[in-house]
Amino acid sequence: MSERQLMSGCQALAEGAVQAGCRHYFGFPTPPQGEILAYMARRLPEVSGIFVQAESEAAAIGMTLGGAAAGARVLTSSSGAGISLMQEGISYLCALELPCVIANVMRAGPGSGGLFPAQEDYFQAVYGGGHGDYRMPVLAPSSPQEMHDLTLEAFALADRYRNPAMILADLVVGQMQEAVQLPPRLLPLNTLPEKPWAVSGSRGRARRKLFSHASNQDDMMGRDDRLWEKYRRLEAEEVRWEVYHMEDAEWLIVAFGMMARQARQAVDQARQEGVRVGLLRPITLWPFPTRALSALANQVKGILVTELNHGQMVHDVRLAVEGRAPVQHFGWSGRLVTPPELVQKLRAWIKE
Amino acid sequence: MPTSIVSTTLLDVPHHYCPGCSHGVVHRLLGDVVDALGLRQQTIGVTGGGCANFSYRYFDLDMVESPPGRAPAVATGIKRVHPDRVVFTYQGEGDLGAVGLSEIVHAGLRGEKLTVVVVNNGVLGLTGGQLSPSSLVGQSTTTTPYGRSGETQGLPLKISEWLAKLPGVAFVQRVAVHTPAHVKQAREALEEAFLFQQLGKGLGLVEVLAMCPTQWDKSPEDSRNWLADKMMAQFPVGIYKRSASK
Repeated sequence: MSERQLMSGCQALAEGAVQAGCRHYFGFPTPPQGEILAYMARRLPEVSGIFVQAESEAAAIGMTLGGAAAGARVLTSSSGAGISLMQEGISYLCALELPCVIANVMRAGPGSGGLFPAQEDYFQAVYGGGHGDYRMPVLAPSSPQEMHDLTLEAFALADRYRNPAMILADLVVGQMQEAVQLPPRLLPLNTLPEKPWAVSGSRGRARRKLFSHASNQDDMMGRDDRLWEKYRRLEAEEVRWEVYHMEDAEWLIVAFGMMARQARQAVDQARQEGVRVGLLRPITLWPFPTRALSALANQVKGILVTELNHGQMVHDVRLAVEGRAPVQHFGWSGRLVTPPELVQKLRAWIKE
Repeated sequence: MPTSIVSTTLLDVPHHYCPGCSHGVVHRLLGDVVDALGLRQQTIGVTGGGCANFSYRYFDLDMVESPPGRAPAVATGIKRVHPDRVVFTYQGEGDLGAVGLSEIVHAGLRGEKLTVVVVNNGVLGLTGGQLSPSSLVGQSTTTTPYGRSGETQGLPLKISEWLAKLPGVAFVQRVAVHTPAHVKQAREALEEAFLFQQLGKGLGLVEVLAMCPTQWDKSPEDSRNWLADKMMAQFPVGIYKRSASK
């Protein structure tokens, strides 16, 4: 495998999974991530892996649950309505404390929607879409390189915390092609973390059972406490974000994924026009960079949140800021917000 | 004279099933078969929805719970990771025949090398005795208080007949457990279904006609008669598929 390759975001994500030691993929080709399936169907046999195209996303998440229970590093992927079909399975995966990586390449919605730029599934990803009080790490790449690198991160996080992890990309990042730096060799599978809870037949040990039903109220509350002790550890230790030009900034833009690339260009353009603005890019959408944002809120006159929806991440920003700076949302779904539009919006706000 | 002969695989713990429930008998047979074939340490079970969901409590086997209907998909995931282990599902007929119908059909189409045990008592038991795919026309349930209507609710699903048509399904037998003779047949069917998996020929399924006196609102004796007279007339026991050796 040569070291630098021109790859689409979806291809880079799939290769990242293989680099992470994933040898089992179960998924369904809901656009715009069919490229992940096509890549895995070709690549997995090269590394003695197993590729299964499931009949639906409901089946795919079930197979993912089984593969994860059996101790494998499993990737599944979908978009839009397919991710909606997976929600029950995600709830069960979290309750059973099983690791896996779910790639979600967002399309415009709701309903059939279409293959247009959108970030409408932030709430669904970050605040459950499935039943019950669970959380999972959600990582938002903004380049094919990050599609690769964050997938490696996601597998590590999933195993470390015995939890599903999601890669939340939009279709622009999924489809765009850029050079991706790949590791020089594949991770040896025997260096992967041990899983003393996985099922494999009980030879040489006591049997194991993986179940999520609570037998009584105390059991139920105990389970809930244990999950939330884990989620609090994740919040304390696994936040990832990036800042750009914040040292002397009077204004802050917050954006993720493809919109962070647009926002970065907008920051450059605005700086040229004399506006002291910076960018905070959450890389983990959950756990959200609340503390970093909270610190910056004291410094700025206003925070502009730009996302390809009518206001989802902006709520997390408001929670972090707690009223210490004005927060506005700017965005829509179906096409990118351009850097000039962002600068224009910011300047109009500054004038007010 | 011993009053109970407990197998190694079946754990000697109190269970939650109702008096007269056939799950008790089926659990016993499953435990016996796994013992007899020496498979306890290489077998992984997947439990479906319904009353069968808690069966992970009763077997000394690695077991995984599954969301309703998805047991064949979960089992597929396990089997694809551990192709040399024995993987079975334990499901109710509502689980397999309603919410999970797509998953069992596609596991069969793919010829997944699994063993599926489906316990058919003609109602949704755990959720309170509602209509299930195999409820009989005229049968009164919580959601068909005037009796199942063929016109508005359709005719009963015949699981064994239907799934036997799939080329990837290698073995299908319907059995019952309400008399000693039928119990003996059921044990043989389960043993054969596990052997089919070991031979790698495709999916093996055993459908067990079962009693649910609680949700049928019948005495155990009336329940046995309902099964013997009404259910067995609609759902004849027998071998519906047994693929020849290659």
